[in-house]
Amino acid sequence: MNGEINGSLNMIGYGLAAIGPGVGIGLIFAAYINGVARQPEARGVLQGIAILGFALAEALAIIGIGLAFAL
Amino acid sequence: MHLVNVASRLGAAEGKEFHAPGPGDFEFPPLFGDGTFFTKPMLIIVLGSLAIAALFYLASRRASLVPAKAQFVGESVYGFVRNGIVGDSIGREGRRFVPLLTTMFVFIAVMNLAGIIPVLQLPATSKIAIPLFLAVISWAVFNYVGIQRHGFVGYFKNMMFPPGLPKPIYLLLAPLELFSTVIIRPITLTLRLTLNMFAGHLVLLVCILGGEYLLIEKGGALAAVSAVPFAFSIVLTFFEAFVQVLQAYVFVLLSALYIAGALADEH
Repeated sequence: MNGEINGSLNMIGYGLAAIGPGVGIGLIFAAYINGVARQPEARGVLQGIAILGFALAEALAIIGIGLAFAL
Repeated sequence: MHLVNVASRLGAAEGKEFHAPGPGDFEFPPLFGDGTFFTKPMLIIVLGSLAIAALFYLASRRASLVPAKAQFVGESVYGFVRNGIVGDSIGREGRRFVPLLTTMFVFIAVMNLAGIIPVLQLPATSKIAIPLFLAVISWAVFNYVGIQRHGFVGYFKNMMFPPGLPKPIYLLLAPLELFSTVIIRPITLTLRLTLNMFAGHLVLLVCILGGEYLLIEKGGALAAVSAVPFAFSIVLTFFEAFVQVLQAYVFVLLSALYIAGALADEH
């Protein structure tokens, strides 16, 4: 134990970059839950839209981890 | 038989240092010695394809009005893609794409789930070639049906110049739409699937190898702490099962939406 830390600084950058998509995905599912709570019968329609929005927001985080390993 | 990636783990076994898992854990030597080309991901593809073929053969053999077990499973999957994905996005005329999209869904789901099946324990889709090829198929299909429906010029005009916007906006919008539809879509489809599986597998490796290191290499008081990463690895395995099926769903849903967008008359 000599207190040395090894690793890639890229990962810290990725951690910072993942904040944005994290907040975005949180907002998407918050809106989805709100929508279902107000109108439970719209669940089927909202689910597809929520998952789609999740996938698009998540793409940013995914590109981030790709670049963290590639660069 | 190199079912476990020995090369990258040798360092972990020799020294007392913890060897953090990384991209090297996804590189597998050939199964039958040097010089051959057959690696573990290929083995997973072959086994998975055989399993899918067997499932759908059993499902469609002696199809009857009152379904037996295998037929019920096959029809549930087909019905899920037809009603849950295609029905909501493309609509009735999407019926002709259901066989393609169902095959895609089952193939991706099985390749992903190989990541939590004991002994295999590697999502074949974490190798970029497989999602890339699937994304190219999806890209070719949605561009083909769009050009077939609207003609070559009409398709690109529909895509780049949606009506009802002020003229100067098109300077910005047209190249962006072209870039996003023709170039970005297949890239994000590929990366989303590959890196989800890659990152998921990596997280499992960190938990399991970290726990193993604490238990076997460190020993003593730290051996008791290894219960924490092992417990996490069990929880994360269930989470991974969810993510793996969800990503197959997302891939097929996006493919269906791209086809729907290409077929739509006006945006």
